[in-house]
Amino acid sequence: MTEGGAGPAGTHSAAYGRDGTASAVSSPVDIGDLGLSRTEEVVPEGVPPLTEQTRRELRQIIARYPRPRSALLPMLHLVQSVQGYVSSAGVAMCAEELNLTKAEVGAVVTFYTMFKRRPAGEYLISVCTNTLCGFLGGEEIFAGVQEQLGVSHDQTTPDGKFTLEHAECLAACDYAPVVTVNYEFFDQQSVESTTELVQALQSGERPAPSRGAPLCSFREMSREIAGFSAPERAAAALAGPGTGDPSLVGLRLAAERGEAPPAGRASAPARKDA
Amino acid sequence: MPLTPVLSRRWNDSESWTLAAYERSDGYRALRKALTMAPEDITAVVKDSNLRGRGGAGFPTGMKWGFIPQAKPGETTGPGVKPKYLVVNADEGEPGTCRDLPQMMNDPHSMLEGIIIASFAIKANLAVIYVRGEAVHAMRRVRAAVDEAYAAGYLGASVMRSGYSLEVVVHPGAGAYICGEETALLDSLEGYRGQPRLKPPFPAVSGLYSCPTVVNNVGTLASVPSILLYGADWWKQMGPEKSPGTSVYSLTGRVARPGQYEAPMGTTLRELLEMCGGVREGHELKFWTPGGSSTPLFTAEHLDVPLDFDGVAAAGSMNGTSALMIFDDGDCIVRAVGRWIKFYAHESCGKCTPCREGNPWMVQILDRMERGQAREEEVDQLLDISDNILGRSFCAFGDGAVSPVISSIKYFRQEYLDHLTLGGCPLDPARTPARDLAGSRS
Repeated sequence: MTEGGAGPAGTHSAAYGRDGTASAVSSPVDIGDLGLSRTEEVVPEGVPPLTEQTRRELRQIIARYPRPRSALLPMLHLVQSVQGYVSSAGVAMCAEELNLTKAEVGAVVTFYTMFKRRPAGEYLISVCTNTLCGFLGGEEIFAGVQEQLGVSHDQTTPDGKFTLEHAECLAACDYAPVVTVNYEFFDQQSVESTTELVQALQSGERPAPSRGAPLCSFREMSREIAGFSAPERAAAALAGPGTGDPSLVGLRLAAERGEAPPAGRASAPARKDA
Repeated sequence: MPLTPVLSRRWNDSESWTLAAYERSDGYRALRKALTMAPEDITAVVKDSNLRGRGGAGFPTGMKWGFIPQAKPGETTGPGVKPKYLVVNADEGEPGTCRDLPQMMNDPHSMLEGIIIASFAIKANLAVIYVRGEAVHAMRRVRAAVDEAYAAGYLGASVMRSGYSLEVVVHPGAGAYICGEETALLDSLEGYRGQPRLKPPFPAVSGLYSCPTVVNNVGTLASVPSILLYGADWWKQMGPEKSPGTSVYSLTGRVARPGQYEAPMGTTLRELLEMCGGVREGHELKFWTPGGSSTPLFTAEHLDVPLDFDGVAAAGSMNGTSALMIFDDGDCIVRAVGRWIKFYAHESCGKCTPCREGNPWMVQILDRMERGQAREEEVDQLLDISDNILGRSFCAFGDGAVSPVISSIKYFRQEYLDHLTLGGCPLDPARTPARDLAGSRS
């Protein structure tokens, strides 16, 4: 470390500008940026700075846990929600708040797929291409979206609207093949249905997911993951559909056949209050 | 076997994720009962029920709770006096596994009630639910359930005015399959890269923040309220004696009606296929996973294996998470295994050399194998690499990765060789050379 990274919170701030933006970028030899940028990070135009509000919210996350460092993952989701990716400034601010080195935070960022190291699009389109979804059409769907958007895995369209990725198993194999947009499920997709979905997004619409909440932007979703829901969105988001035929098919068959577990009798009377 | 919905029984109720709906359907009655019991008596009931962990390993849940050291009266040092924690593994991601997400989306309170009971039993005052980061809708509903439970007094400084205090934190992951491994999960929860720890010490002695910790799966905890309310004997009426209860079987892939079918442990694939309408019209069952991609493959000769922890183990595989991915005679084994190994290569945490290096080598061989460009001896080289991974890394990830490789060569060696003879896939030659996905996974 070239700047005493293990020092107490606040010692890094001089290198990172008043707002915590990377206006004064770290030197190429700063291992804190390993995997984030080998050389100077150029903050793309239109990326908002991290603010004192961000810092306050990071501290709110820290307060949820018995030990501060446990807050790191949701903190990174939060800085990602401000800038659309985890920038060097985001790493630095998390490091300051947790009294860690940037290298320590950078090592965590680079481990996890959900932390983007370049600005992600407004919509992150994830196509499951693991074996099962892949066999049922996921590979063709991915190829279709790739052609439609002109970008490949982990790339973003020049207009900043879409990032495409092929995802690992999304734990929805009974709804295969699945596509998610900002992690909301579009179930049982085909090449055609996904083409239409992307077209709708391109034309400014936000189609309703099969399961999940009404679509929002990638940044808004990162904020929600960090544990900050916009109140005007919360109720609608919660009520979004959570189920479909594959979740219920066994339950319906049991009803149809009149099958059930053995009758259970509560083995002690329930008391009103213990 | 009949269908026996226990965990899934509320999934189709109106607004089933809300506290109101849950309370209308016996919700929190088991907790009321638990709070009148001594903590060790709760653990005894769970032990007596023979409930085994639904996360895949099938470890007896009551025994796990019983391993938590508790301070004896007057004791002021030792592990028993440290804080205890319950950590919920809701990081579902094993290929084929898809039952915890619907559980959390459609009935989060059953898991939460199980969490409160388990925490009370092990004398923990903090429980953390580690939810897979991508599972936003499940996370949303779990968070709402936790908020409702606080407001109703089921959580907080004095749970149902019992004097027992419990805080619950919902923690988002960030996209790493390995964090489903319990010690990697703990490292991740402490704010590190999610890499497994050497065991022992086991989490029961040294888990979160080096304190005694129980790590339980979503389905395990969601089973607890019913067991406590209706009794261990009721639970044991279903399934075999040594792995009783129900399992939510996830039937996916080439079946007519894919989905979740909850039946007693020990149900066979033959019975389950009959429920879900059989395999794709005009095709025959070829290979399947009994418990996710990390469990050795089965074939049509295993249709009558009882699908419970011991039954599957006796037949040479693992029950895992009852994730039954079904493939038929139109599906290429080499391609299937190749995709899975790409997954393992991407998700290997990199800690242990055999797993970190071995999986990408196998990807390269399988890739050439699929295109018919490998050499015959490379089939055995796959086995050799597998042998160098199996049992040679910290955690079970490496062992899981080689499961499809070894089992597929055991049952389908000829199909591997046919690729080489034909110079391409015997099942779908047209697709083979062009199937490359652009971009790399690593």
